[in-house]
Formats: sequence, C-alpha cells, structure tokens
Amino acid sequence: MAPDEKSLHDNDKSGRDSVTADPQTREDAGESSADIWVKCPACKEVAFRKEVERNLNVCTRCGFHFRLSVEQRLAVTADRGSWRELLADVAIGDPLGFIDSRPYPMRLAEARRSTGRNDAVVVGLARIVGRRVALGVMDFDFMGGSMGTVVGEKLARLFAKALHEGLPVVVFSASGGARMQEGALSLMQMAKVAAAIGRLRDARLPYISVLCDPTTGGVAASFATLGDLNLAEPGALVGFAGRRVIEQTTNRQLPDDFQRAEFLLNHGMIDAIVERRAMRSTLAQLLAMLTAGGRAPGRRGRSAKAR
Amino acid sequence: MLAIRSELARDSGSSERVRLARELRDVSKQWSSALAPMDRVRLARNPARPQTLDYVGLLIRDFIEIHGDRRFADDPAIVAGLGYFGTRPVAIVGHQRGHSTSERLRRNFGKPHPEGYRKAARLYLLAHRFGLPLITFVDTQGAEPGVGAEERGQAEAIAANLELMARLETPVITCIIGEGGSGGALALAVANVVLIQENACYSVITPEGCAAILFRSAGPEKVDDVARVLRLSAADLKALGVVDEIVTEPAGGAHMDPQAAARELGAVLRRSLARMDRMTPQALRRSREAKFAAMGSPYLLDDCLENRRLPG
Repeated sequence: MAPDEKSLHDNDKSGRDSVTADPQTREDAGESSADIWVKCPACKEVAFRKEVERNLNVCTRCGFHFRLSVEQRLAVTADRGSWRELLADVAIGDPLGFIDSRPYPMRLAEARRSTGRNDAVVVGLARIVGRRVALGVMDFDFMGGSMGTVVGEKLARLFAKALHEGLPVVVFSASGGARMQEGALSLMQMAKVAAAIGRLRDARLPYISVLCDPTTGGVAASFATLGDLNLAEPGALVGFAGRRVIEQTTNRQLPDDFQRAEFLLNHGMIDAIVERRAMRSTLAQLLAMLTAGGRAPGRRGRSAKAR
Repeated sequence: MLAIRSELARDSGSSERVRLARELRDVSKQWSSALAPMDRVRLARNPARPQTLDYVGLLIRDFIEIHGDRRFADDPAIVAGLGYFGTRPVAIVGHQRGHSTSERLRRNFGKPHPEGYRKAARLYLLAHRFGLPLITFVDTQGAEPGVGAEERGQAEAIAANLELMARLETPVITCIIGEGGSGGALALAVANVVLIQENACYSVITPEGCAAILFRSAGPEKVDDVARVLRLSAADLKALGVVDEIVTEPAGGAHMDPQAAARELGAVLRRSLARMDRMTPQALRRSREAKFAAMGSPYLLDDCLENRRLPG
C-alpha cells in the first residue's frame, strides 16, 4: 500500500508546478515572470498562465492535464454556486503517537495551515449540469492526499448521506495511498468506505469514480476502483504498488506509460479516459442514463426499509 | 525457557509438572513483553511458524482444496477450500508463505497476485450462498509488487474483496497468524471477529517499506524506530480497536509447539463461531459493517456528531 509520496513526486515533476498557486498570494507578492508564464512538463511549451487556466489547466498545445487544486476541481465540475460542503470540522488527533523526523501532529498542523482544511478530502452536495449529486474531492496537497481516519470517515458518511437522500455519488481521487502515520487504522478505512459503497450499490444508486493524477496504494485498492463506472483523466498515474518499488524488486526498467490511464485502459482496468473539458458533461450524461431505468429508490425506499 | 521445557518433558511427578509449567509461562511472558517491536515482526515472519495449511491440517477434517480464479490462474500464495471444523462445514481461505525454500518460491512468499484475491472471492461467495461460516488466515507481507499484478488490476481485486467481504451474510472470522501486511492482508480480513495470535502483527505497511518512504536511506535503526511507532503488535492493535481478541501462543511462540497453538486457536474459533450462532444473516452483515464503520472513530475530534449515521 506504500503511499509512495516521494516517488510520485520524483517521476512526476509535472503536476501542480506553480500553476495552482493561490491567486490571492500571487497578487500580494506582485506578479513575477513565473506567475505570468507556465511551462508544460510534457511538451515544454511555455504559455501564458491565464490562457492555460482558461483552458481548465490543460496545455493548449499537447493536452497535458495539470493537477487541480480542490477549489479548481469544484469550479470546473459543480454548477456555479451549487456546492455545499459537509463535515468540514471532522479532524484527527494523533492515535498512535507517531513520530518520524517530525511528530504527526506537527505534520498535520503544517498541512492544515497550507491547505486551509482539516484533512485530505472535501465532501458535500452539489449539482452537475442541474443534477444533484453527493460529491467528494481529494486534496493531494494535504500530505499527498493520504487516507487516514478522517478521509475514510468523511467518505463513508458521504455515501451514507447519498443513500439516505437517494443521490448518486461522484468522487475525484488523488492520493498516494493510506496514511502511514495512522498505522493500521488507516488500513481499516479502506474497508470502512468499501462497506459503505456496498450499501449504496444495494440501493441501485450510481457511483462514478474519477481517477485523477495520481491515485495509488490503499485509495486505488478501495473506493477509487469500486465505481459502477471508473473514469480517469488523461495521463493519470493509477496503480497499487509504487513504480520505484516494482523497479527495485523486479530489477527491470518500466515503460514510461506504466500505470498511466492509457495503460490501464489497454489492460481493461478502467472504463474510459475522459478529457477535462468533457468531464462535466460526461458525468451528467452517464448519471442521466444510469438513473433513467427507474431502479433507484429515491429519497426513502430501500435505505428506509433497511433500517 | 528451553531448559524448563526439556525438564518438563522429562519429569513425571504431577505437582512438579504444574510448577514447571507455571514457571515456563511466567518466563515466556517476561520474554515476550521484553521483545522490541521489530523482533516481534521477525518472530511473526519466522518460517517455522505454523501456517494456514498447518492449522488446516490440525483443525479441519476432510479438507478439500479449491483452486483457481476461473479467469487467469491459480495463485499458490492463497489457499482456499472446504472442510469440517468440528461438525460444521466451513469455507477456509488463507495466505500460505511456505516453509521450505522451494515451497516459498513456488508460493511467492505468500504475496498474492490478483488471481489469488479473485479465488478468495469465489470462496466468499460460496460461503455466502450456502450459509457456511468463513474462516480466513492472514499471513502475508502484502501484495506482490510486480508488473503482472498491476496489469491484471490488483488494486481493483483487493477493493472488490473489501466490499464483498463486508456484504457477506454469513459468519466471518479472521485470524492473523503471522504478518498481516497492508491491502494484501485486508482483502482476507473484513470479518465479524478479527483474532490475532500473541506474536503476530498487522500493519498498513512493513516497517522496512515505511522507513524507506519516510527516510531516504533506511538503516536498521530507522526500521526499529518505525516498527515502534507503527503500533503493530497484538496488544497495540487490540487497544486501537483493530482486532477483537488476542490468541495466546505456547511459550516461546507458536512454532515451539504447533499442536498446542492449534488447540488454543481452535478453542477461540469455536467460541467466536458459537457467539454468532443466533444472529440472522442480515444481522451478521449489519454488525460487520458497523464494526468497520467505527474504526478510528474514537480518535476523531468531531464537533458534528449529530451528522453521524452508520451506512444502512
């Protein structure tokens, strides 16, 4: 489950780069050339940041998908003004007394300061092209999007809420895996969320998982691959074991596209690769089709009966 | 400890036996509590420790092994089958690391490929459909970090098992008998009752793997430190609520006396199964879901508990 944060950063210098810096701090600092320009890590094209941002943070030349912050993801996914966050207060202490080079509470405090949230996922209710959904978005900037008790708890409660209200669920994953600092408790979160998905599935409510760059380890091995449909953004790194670990154990150089979305598609492991500009409409269409059969119980139905 | 044990074997006077046995237990307890966490991991990995097939041999009658995932292959790292535990037919699934070098190689040291989890899933479904109790044994360092395992979707294979195990409407008991490592272990461990043997361990990642990620160069002393903070011993896991009960082992560890270890494990299994006898299939599922829904909750700093709702 190695939440192989370092290797993720190593083979992917791409990612967030500076494209996602907070606009507020950017203005405070005064615009330097790095703020005006952005270089695509794939094709090396240098382009106006504003232009790339207008293009949903996709390279205008080669289509490379930069990573998105949670705010950017919500902005390009949910209908304007429709997002209502839930469970923002849920937070974790230090269950193990975990210390590596720094104590876990210190790492948490830093991540909270830099991201402005309690942990590595936001959950809430939103509309996508008018359709109500329960929505979760992981924050890779918060300790590599690692899943500890809070991530498991918030997602499990999101699925329970969707079940109760008869809503479909969409989750955007971006995570290095389980959070080592919470030990076996973080492992248990994989089962916690999977069990909650089982209830939703019984109620015939659709769940669409969107695998973003990167989704690995314990997150890939639980809710991220349990969608009724599993979609991925182009180029997203998706896998269980870290690339570096596999290279070391097998003593073999792996191809560049190993564990990329295209690789998974070729091996039959994901349902479709969807470009960012088409994601919103694709989600809306798929949800429309999946709920048109009239098998979902709506607000009461099975969830009420099951109690 | 060995001296006491051999004396115990020689001596025939019954009062003397009782005294020696007590002494052996005390010495063993002292020794066990003095073990550093990483020593505990090494003990859990000891190839002489009884493994799934040993316990099957000692506890299960008329065992018939079931092979293959009907998709790709039979994974020797996971054994599965049907047999009688006492008078009850049960489904058995467990990792098998292997004892000899050749067996260990053949079984990939108990590190499953996706087809192993998918074979396990077939047994889970059999147990569910025919109302058989499911007993699983966990003994793996974790999933196989290999190209084929990734190509064939080991993440999905593990995830599917987590959901499936949570849904089963039959009693499920897991016993961690060696090393329980990450998703490769959990794919066999979403159970109503999770037992752990005294000297077994269970963790989100191996201490070596954890140290390698946290510290770029992971020397042995870093690995020791990490093993300490991961809280992977049986007693720690019990305190965290990850396991339900610790199964005692013979003095010095299960490998010193596999028969005694199996007797002890068998007794706890029987007791755990009996406790679930009167639960309906739906209640079994519901209580398993509730158990995992509560994992870690005591450690949440949470202002909005009124929002809480267990799934279902």
